[in-house]
Amino acid sequence: MLAGRDVRSDFPVLHQKVGSHPLVYLDNAATSHKPRAVIDAVARFYERDNSNVHRGLHALSMRATDGYEAARARVARFINAASPAEIVFTRGTTESVNLVAQSWAAANLRRGDVILLTEMEHHSNMVPWQVAAERAGATVRYVPVTGDNAEHGLDLDALERLLTPEVKLFAFTHISNTLGTINPAAELCRRAREVGAVTLIDAAQSIGHEPIDVQALGCDFLAFSGHKMAGPTGIGALYGRRALLDAMPPWQTGGGMISVVEFSGSRWKRAPERFEAGTPNVADAIGLHAAMDYLDGLGRPEISLHDHALAEAAYAALAELPGIRLLGPAGRRAGILSFALADAHAHDVVTFADQDGVALRGGHHCNQPLMRKLGLPSSVRASFYVYNTPDEIDVLVRSLRRILAFFRA
Amino acid sequence: MSDLTELYQQVILDHNRRPRNRGRLPVANRVAHGDNPTCGDQCSVFLRLDGDRIAEITFDGQGCAISQASASLMTTLLKGGTAPEAKELYDQFHRIVTTGETPDEISDLAAFAGVHAFPARIKCATLGWHTALEALRSPPITPAAGAGGGA
Repeated sequence: MLAGRDVRSDFPVLHQKVGSHPLVYLDNAATSHKPRAVIDAVARFYERDNSNVHRGLHALSMRATDGYEAARARVARFINAASPAEIVFTRGTTESVNLVAQSWAAANLRRGDVILLTEMEHHSNMVPWQVAAERAGATVRYVPVTGDNAEHGLDLDALERLLTPEVKLFAFTHISNTLGTINPAAELCRRAREVGAVTLIDAAQSIGHEPIDVQALGCDFLAFSGHKMAGPTGIGALYGRRALLDAMPPWQTGGGMISVVEFSGSRWKRAPERFEAGTPNVADAIGLHAAMDYLDGLGRPEISLHDHALAEAAYAALAELPGIRLLGPAGRRAGILSFALADAHAHDVVTFADQDGVALRGGHHCNQPLMRKLGLPSSVRASFYVYNTPDEIDVLVRSLRRILAFFRA
Repeated sequence: MSDLTELYQQVILDHNRRPRNRGRLPVANRVAHGDNPTCGDQCSVFLRLDGDRIAEITFDGQGCAISQASASLMTTLLKGGTAPEAKELYDQFHRIVTTGETPDEISDLAAFAGVHAFPARIKCATLGWHTALEALRSPPITPAAGAGGGA
């Protein structure tokens, strides 16, 4: 129950059994489910308005274009960007990061420069920078993750030492997809600005869970996906400050992004069209619009409180299990809870829990270097969203107790 | 939980709890490392080939009960055999985990028949075998390098 309404009834996929058990979906950090409003918005587009955008002068094309650009404006409002021109539609967080790592880096990164990341980055906010650095002759530094199980936050003292004038860009995750740590994003951006570094926030795990205001955060870029925030797969966005975007070269070329094409060469449109070559994902942008309306209908501060309460309740309940190691902070944490059991490997846990209808994630969560540092080959992750309930935490704990009884016997 | 008790047979639980031939083999003259990038499981297989016979074999690494038990049981079956015999056993094992059909003759490999109902876990069961076959194909190494290798 969120904002006094039966949220679960909004999500058709939840009303099914896995085997003989009701589905308990706790893999929301991988992808969230979609409310009826989003599914309908996508279907309605294909049923009524389907057409290409920015090209046709006929009625359907104009409706499609209006829908697509309204979605862009909705994204700008959702994150409080200064203008819709600061929103580039992409396939998701990974593509947004790659866009900056290719386009911005090509124009701005030089030999001897430094890209600063953190040890808790998802591979998608690590590998593109490693490749960009190698191409430019730059180096990559990492802000360490510190503390025992009770903390697992960034080492802010080390940041002082690492954030030198050679750092041209600082890219970091808002919320760790493994630890559930919420990073002090506004402070990190402020400190980066002091040395003149450009900032990129990976908001994949925060966009659907916390209120986001890019102007209050003070970031230069922000990347996110639609599918982790009740929206469709295959759509996401890159926010970039207008001045930065307009100074960046195209990264993919073709139709839709040119102003003039001649046999001898071409000129580009301004941002955001410059970065959207080819026919865009119109239907899913419209679905994303519906997802943002849906989340704001529930209230993002309320969603945040709901997630945090579930995560803290789950932390307390799981801490009772014998031989468990919980990762990340006990309090003030996002709804992402990873753990390892001494007596059962993560994959065995996930297979067992699945037999009880509980969907978990097991593995390295695209955080291989971090898991290595923590001395864990893999962990189990439970992650919560608007439709999860305290009863589902009870189901999880009962399932884990059964698993432990089996493997400890 | 009937599918689960089928999957986690006593033979598998026993090999998982008390793995046989686990650890590095200082005298190994063949070694290979395998991993499942999607799940993070790792396996190393160390062999000492004496002529065409597998005189000694060990495995090391980390992974789920299925992968650990499979690698453990495998070492007990491959020891003393040849590379063609190993391949033949692997083919038999692969049939069992993909179809659930067990051979007529009595074999501990049959314990893995339950895996076929969990397609996502087949790669767990076969990791050790793939790594062992790769070790058998790999060029000889000096025992010192074998001792130093590993996941």
